[in-house]
Amino acid sequence: MALDYTQKVIELFRNPKNVGEIDSPDVEVKEGSPACGDLLQLQLKINPISKIIDDIKFKSFGCASNIATASIVTEMAKGKKIDDAEKISWQDATKELGGLPNVKVHCSVLAVDALKQAIEKYKIKEGLLKIDENAITKDFIISKLGHVIDPSKGTDIVRLKYVLYVGVEKSKEDEKAVDILIQLSHPQDVDYEENIKEEILEKLEYIPKIKNIKIEFLTHSIN
Amino acid sequence: MKIYADNASTTKLDPCVLEEMLPFLKEDFGNPSSLHSKGLFAQRAVDKARLIISESIGVNPEEIIFTSGATESDNLAIKGIAYANKDSTRKKIITTKIEHDAVLKTFEQLSLEGFETVFLNVDKEGFVKLDELKKELTEKTLLVSIIHANNEIGTIQDIKTISELCHKVGAIFHTDATQSYTKIPINIKDLNIDLMTMNAHKLHGPKGVGALYIKEGLKIKPLFGGGGQEFKIRSGTYNVAGIVGFGKAVEIQTKQIEKNSDYIKSLRDELYQKLSKIENSKINGPTDLSKEKRLVNNLNIRFSGIEGEAMLFRLDDLGIMVSTASACSSQSLKPSHVLMACGLSHEQAHGSLRFSLSKFNHPSEIPIIATAVEKVVTDLRKLSPLVGLRKQKVN
Repeated sequence: MALDYTQKVIELFRNPKNVGEIDSPDVEVKEGSPACGDLLQLQLKINPISKIIDDIKFKSFGCASNIATASIVTEMAKGKKIDDAEKISWQDATKELGGLPNVKVHCSVLAVDALKQAIEKYKIKEGLLKIDENAITKDFIISKLGHVIDPSKGTDIVRLKYVLYVGVEKSKEDEKAVDILIQLSHPQDVDYEENIKEEILEKLEYIPKIKNIKIEFLTHSIN
Repeated sequence: MKIYADNASTTKLDPCVLEEMLPFLKEDFGNPSSLHSKGLFAQRAVDKARLIISESIGVNPEEIIFTSGATESDNLAIKGIAYANKDSTRKKIITTKIEHDAVLKTFEQLSLEGFETVFLNVDKEGFVKLDELKKELTEKTLLVSIIHANNEIGTIQDIKTISELCHKVGAIFHTDATQSYTKIPINIKDLNIDLMTMNAHKLHGPKGVGALYIKEGLKIKPLFGGGGQEFKIRSGTYNVAGIVGFGKAVEIQTKQIEKNSDYIKSLRDELYQKLSKIENSKINGPTDLSKEKRLVNNLNIRFSGIEGEAMLFRLDDLGIMVSTASACSSQSLKPSHVLMACGLSHEQAHGSLRFSLSKFNHPSEIPIIATAVEKVVTDLRKLSPLVGLRKQKVN
């Protein structure tokens, strides 16, 4: 299918802004996965007092719109306070680009999610955001799993109804932390299991109050 | 300057073909089914094209059925045979994992309708594993459909051996020759083919016209009900201009088959020489570039750490048109089923580009393509978070 990109998307794809890496960034995230053909790395330098994003840089293994959306989102975030930057929505980013073909909207979702995740990670690291063990509920975990995509479907594993069970219990090793058990049905294409597993870990591992994460794939046959 | 290197998608219409077609879009607009002189004139033009095509593969004109293209020909061959043999005890139909969607989706549909379908594996260069085929072939096998030359990686199957194996158990053999027809000499009797898909627009003919060779005596159920054209196998008013153009294109191509394939192969081999020098690049499909193993106009290369669509658009910016195996532009994020069947990782498949040349490419274009690809790969790798991260495990 021929893709009709806006002039702005093409311009940013040709000459993306904020490409590269930052020396000792305050926070770094990777969103997406190479298996999806869609991986974005964001690094941020944040002023410790003003909480303004002084610098933000990206690298992308992705398509034209992935590069363009990463460019626009970094431009929108740069110079903003983190509390304001995390309010940038994918709709804002898409609008700024003059629109995206429908099949490419997930690119702006990915870029915005990466930014939100980076800011959240920073806040947790700096103690600005405390997720205590009681806040880590089944719903909290499911909201995180909603960002894990099955590459063969292009849809997240929650919407695909892969999630059979999420267990959260007090960790045996640490009273003030929790252990997570996630049971999933096999994706249609089992080749993607490892990939899905890695992505889940990426979404949960950085949360300090989560001690152990166990992910299991179960066969469909419940009867 | 624009360089078109996507001839496996479609080709430039040969100017001589256009000349031949034009009268049939103007004054000679008759319907071959009409009894008057205008109808007869059109009928004769269609007959002439049919004769050219039948002679090009060594069969009778009555064994050639015109269709709207390769997708219809594939559907007609597979469903036509399946439905005509619904009461037979043969319920097994076999194909491969590297077919065009026109075949794959048809098989999937027939599977839902009660046929036992088998999708054969291929080796890492895309060749069908003959042992596996032998194991699957039984007296229950109705039909085997295997692509002659693959559209993405150019792998040419050993059709002669395959058709022999099929006939041993009494199975019917169909091949999709969309990419190979007029690029490789095909003699139907020699190769023992029962049904073969062909089309016009991959060989400098017009779009919207194709053909199916059906061996005399084979029972086939038509896809459409209608006026009974094409020996009651394919109803629908004749696409006269298209058929005339198809005939002319085949006439030109078959005359030049040796010359063209040598020429195109020399360009392709040179392009491969140049592109293989790019760090962390690797050819997909047969490494044996001989005419017997790999389609002469096809080159498919993966570049680690970068994504196909981004490469494609950067090259397009530089005036070079190629194609990608990445499915990033489709709803599913799953990359090419052909490359996956050859055992590539998702990441490798996403980073693959297909170059396909034709007689209209000029030798001077090859170094331009190579320089542009090198620039694009270098630029995009600077942008990639994967480069450096896993240098040791590329390819």
